[in-house]
Amino acid sequence: MARAAVPGGLTVRRNWRQAQLVERRPETASASTLAFEVPGWPGHLAGQHIDVRLTAPDGYQAARSYSLAAPTNGDRIEITVQRVPDGEVSSYLADEARDGDTVEVRGPVGGWFVWKPEDSAPVLLLAGGSGVVPLMAMIRSRDGVSPAPFRLLYSVRTPEDRIYDHELRRRATEDGGLDITFLYTRTAPAAETRSVGRITAEDLLRYGWPPDVEPTCYVCGPTPFVETVADLLIDLGHNPTRIRTERFGPTGP
Amino acid sequence: MNIFTRGFRGRKRDSSGQLPPGQYLTNDFPVLSAGPTPRIPPDAWEFLIATEQGESHRWSWAELMALPAESVTVDVHCVTRWSKLDTVWRGVSLDTLLADIETEADFALVHSYGGYSTNLPLEDLLDGHAWVAYEYDGEELAPEHGGPVRLLVPHLYFWKSAKWVRGIDLMLQDSPGFWEQLGYHDYGDPWREQRYQGD
Repeated sequence: MARAAVPGGLTVRRNWRQAQLVERRPETASASTLAFEVPGWPGHLAGQHIDVRLTAPDGYQAARSYSLAAPTNGDRIEITVQRVPDGEVSSYLADEARDGDTVEVRGPVGGWFVWKPEDSAPVLLLAGGSGVVPLMAMIRSRDGVSPAPFRLLYSVRTPEDRIYDHELRRRATEDGGLDITFLYTRTAPAAETRSVGRITAEDLLRYGWPPDVEPTCYVCGPTPFVETVADLLIDLGHNPTRIRTERFGPTGP
Repeated sequence: MNIFTRGFRGRKRDSSGQLPPGQYLTNDFPVLSAGPTPRIPPDAWEFLIATEQGESHRWSWAELMALPAESVTVDVHCVTRWSKLDTVWRGVSLDTLLADIETEADFALVHSYGGYSTNLPLEDLLDGHAWVAYEYDGEELAPEHGGPVRLLVPHLYFWKSAKWVRGIDLMLQDSPGFWEQLGYHDYGDPWREQRYQGD
């Protein structure tokens, strides 16, 4: 990893802003997308995240980071929240927050795990579970703007755990520059030919990009997934400087 | 404080005073890093301190192991808001490594295998505040947690405790490291909640 220059215009936005919940969409049984209106939102890059802060009546505050799920779009931002057992902020957002409620956000944060539409290199996206969220922001940002070819390998336990399922499959059908492969670890649809199981080197060879096309690789998921995939990519000959990782630990957002 | 969040009560409050503002307690040991985990066999590992005069001091793995080690029990605080209390480490104090080095430097830029770097004032590495650690919880330090050797500077946010540490440049002027160039704080005191530049 080289010492990266700060991407253009990416000063950290440290002021807390009020964010009003304007839309909620269920994605799976345990994940929902929440859209907020944030007056004065400065814009963001795909892959960046925000801090969300909640304040209790006695002044107690709790904040957590969430990846932005959609490209920059005026004052509107979207996050996708996976309910975490005993998650102080995620359970509020997943179960309690209603349209019109206000939380505070600041950001965008993070300038390393980002994709910019002017990057023309092929992109290999590797998602484990809810790690798909920042990668979805990249896929959505690419749409109609960049000719960079994308491939997504998305590891999920079962078909019911696919976040953005309908939209991903629609995009893969409509867009010749986007290939999507679901890798099922527990239960697969009846028509699936790949045996269920965790991601392997063969999956990367069959569905990913070979190292000689020099893709930029973005790996996001739980730590064991990220560790496994990053090691497999290096073993296959991908340059470590082109592998960017982001991890959701068991106590993550 | 300008707004309350309707319907939010939050967890039981930390009344022990052990958690810096905005942190929550975890018993796991989450992993965060920007790229793949480097795999460095100890016999290929070396540690280098370079002064502002260009003078270098090197230690091999065997030489590091021959230095007096300390066991320390410390709390660690990650900028992503988890804190872990009473973690047990073993390693060599930076006081030991820096003891015979002639320098006028005020700042340190720490380098890691894999290209990561982080900056901090030199005085934060001195006086029993920092170690190069090679054991965690009685076991050799696992690669995903920075093994074979990581820096341990527990009074600052944990990204300053560079994993896979390979050396330190001593410098007259501050120079931002990897996350610091991307907007994270140059100092990173968890008790003053210095997460991002400007905090």
